[in-house]
Amino acid sequence: MSILILAEHDNISLKEITLTAVSAASQIGGDIDLLVAGENCHAVAEMAAKVSGVNRVRVADHACYKGLLAENITALIKSLSNDYSHIMAPATTNGKNILPRVAAALDVSHFSEIISVESADTFKRTIYAGNAIATVQSDDPIKVITVRGTAFELSEMNGSATIEVLTEVHDLGLSSFVSENVAVSERPELTSAGIVISGGRGMQNGENFSMLEKVADKLGAAVGASRAAVDAGFVPNDMQVGQTGKIVAPDLYIAVGISGAIQHLAGMKDSKVIVAINKDPDAPIHQVADYGLVADLFDAVPELEQSL
Amino acid sequence: MKILVMVKRVTDPNVTVRVNADNSAVDLNNVKMAINPFCEIAVEEAVRLKEAGIASEVIALSIGASQSQEQLRTALAVGADRAILIEADSTLEPIAVAKLASKVIEEEQPGLVILGKQSIDTDNSQTGQMLASIMGWSQGTFASKVDIEGDKLNITREVDTGLQSLSLKLPAVVTCDLRLNEPRFASLPNIMKAKRKPLEIKAAEEYGIDLTSRINMLKVEEPSARQSGEILSSVSELVEKLKTEKGVI
Ligand SMILES: Cc1cc2nc3c(=O)[nH]c(=O)nc-3n(C[C@H](O)[C@H](O)[C@H](O)COP(=O)(O)OP(=O)(O)OC[C@H]3O[C@@H](n4cnc5c(N)ncnc54)[C@H](O)[C@@H]3O)c2cc1C
Ligand SMILES: Nc1ncnc2c1ncn2[C@@H]1O[C@H](COP(=O)(O)O)[C@@H](O)[C@H]1O
Repeated sequence: MSILILAEHDNISLKEITLTAVSAASQIGGDIDLLVAGENCHAVAEMAAKVSGVNRVRVADHACYKGLLAENITALIKSLSNDYSHIMAPATTNGKNILPRVAAALDVSHFSEIISVESADTFKRTIYAGNAIATVQSDDPIKVITVRGTAFELSEMNGSATIEVLTEVHDLGLSSFVSENVAVSERPELTSAGIVISGGRGMQNGENFSMLEKVADKLGAAVGASRAAVDAGFVPNDMQVGQTGKIVAPDLYIAVGISGAIQHLAGMKDSKVIVAINKDPDAPIHQVADYGLVADLFDAVPELEQSL
Repeated sequence: MKILVMVKRVTDPNVTVRVNADNSAVDLNNVKMAINPFCEIAVEEAVRLKEAGIASEVIALSIGASQSQEQLRTALAVGADRAILIEADSTLEPIAVAKLASKVIEEEQPGLVILGKQSIDTDNSQTGQMLASIMGWSQGTFASKVDIEGDKLNITREVDTGLQSLSLKLPAVVTCDLRLNEPRFASLPNIMKAKRKPLEIKAAEEYGIDLTSRINMLKVEEPSARQSGEILSSVSELVEKLKTEKGVI
C-alpha cells in the first residue's frame, strides 16, 4: 500500500491539521507521501519533511497552484495517482473542495470526513449531523478519503523524508485566483485550540463578542460562533462551529447565548468538557453540557473574566 | 443561458433521526421529509439570476424516489420553469448522481449548474465537485457570492481561513453555502401555478450508467450519548469545578 496526502498550508508553514491526516494514514499502513502544492511553498516542504512517518515530500511549486484551485490540483493529483492505493487530505475546505473532484476523475467513490480507520478499506464516518455513525467499506482500487482532524492525534515531527520536486505543470486555465481575505487573529486556531468559547444570537451584536475575547485571552482560547451569530453579521464565517461549519473537540467548550440546535451540537459535542451559559433553563444546550449556568450572559461572562 | 439546479429530498433539518433496530440504516419510517436546505438556496440563486435577465430558463433536477416530485414542486413554486425527476433508488451515491446529472447536462446544455454544498442527511459534500470533474468544467464550491460577467463567473467562497475570491470560466458548477442568499417563501398562487408547470419523469436505467453502489454500508450506530451534567448556581462554583474536578483551566 502507499498513500498520498495533500498537505494543508499557507505557503509559509504546514498546518497542524495535516498531521492528523498523516496519523490516520499511519493506521492504514504502507508508505506515506505528502504532496505540497502551492506558490513559493518550499519552506512548507522543509517542514513537511520532518513529519514522522512520511517517506517522501513531493513539491509542486507554481503560480497555477496558488489558492489550491481544484481543477489544477486535481489534474496534478491524477497524474500521480498510479503510484497510490489511497489518496487523502484533511477535511478542510481545501480537502472537501478538491478530493471529490479527484475521486470522480479516477472514477471511484469518495469517503468524506472519516472519524476512524477500521482497516485499509473500511472506515467510520458520521451522517445526519452526527446523529448516526456509519461503518463504510469499498473495493475501489484507489480509496479517496478526507479525514476529520478532531478524530485523530497529531503525528510527531521527528522524521526526515526526502524532497522531490515535481516539474510537470498542470494549468487547465479553467479558474483563476483573485484574492483571499484571511481573517487575522493572534488567538489559536479554532480547530486545534485546547479551549474554545463560542457566542450565539444571545450576544446581540458583534461588539459584545469582545467580552468573549477577553475571556479567551485569559484562557488562551479560540473564539467561535453559532450560525445565527454569523448570519446576523456579528462575526465572520470562519468562526462558525457546526454541521456545516468547523468541527471542534477541545478540552473545554464554553457556549454562550447558544441554544444548542442539532446542527451546532454536530460541531462541538465531542468536546471533553462542555459549559453552557444560557438564561433559558430549557435550552437544549444544557442537556449536553457538563456544567450549565442559567444566567444572563451579560452578568456571567464579565464575572467569569474577573475570576480567572 | 439555461441554469440547471439540483434539488435533493432529505429528512427535515429539525428532526433528530434514530438508528433502526438491526443497525443497518437510519430509520426513515414516518420521518418528515423536506428539500435539502442548501438546495433551497441553490434554487433561489438560479431564480434571482433569471430575474436579473442573466438566465433564460431555470430547470430543477432531482434524482431519487418518486416522492421527490414534492421537492421539485417546491422549486417550481419559487420560480423554476420546469423540472426533471430521474427516478432511482434514494441511496444512490454521489458518483452515480453526478454521472446521471452529466447526461442531463448533455441533453439540456446549461451554462451553469447550481447545487447545495452538502446534503444534510449523508453529509457528503461531493456531488457538485464530482459533476464538475466529469464535465471537465470549472467549479466554485461553498459560494457566498456569485456574479456573472460575460463568460466569467466571479465567486466568493467561504473557506476555513475566511473568504476566497475566484474567477471561473463558464460553463461552471457552483455549490452554495448558507449565506449566498435568503430563500423566499412560495406564495399560495405560485404554489397553485407550480402544479401546472412541466415535470418530466424518467427512469435512471434509461441512461445506461452503472449505478451499483461502490460503498457498502456495513453498520450504522448511534453515537455514544453524553452524560447529563449539572446546573450550577454561580460563576465561582463553575470556575472551581473547572479547576479542581476537570483540571481544564
Ligand atoms: C442546513 C443547516 C445548517 C446549519 N448549520 C449550522 C452550523 O453549522 N452551526 C450552527 O451553529 N448552526 C447551524 N444551523 C442553524 C441551527 O439550526 C440554529 O438555528 C443555530 O445554531 C441557532 O443559533 P443560536 O443558538 O446562536 O441562536 P438561538 O437558537 O436563537 O439561541 C439563542 C440562545 O441564547 C439565549 N440567550 C439570549 N439572550 C441571552 C442572555 N442575555 N443571556 C444568556 N442567554 C441568552 C437564548 O435563551 C437562546 O437559547 C444550521 C441550520 C440548517 C438548516
Ligand atoms: N439525489 C440527488 N438529486 C438531486 N440533487 C442531488 C442529489 N444528491 C445530491 N444532490 C445535489 O448535490 C448537493 C450536495 O450533495 P452531497 O454531495 O450529497 O452532499 C445537494 O445539495 C444537491 O444540490
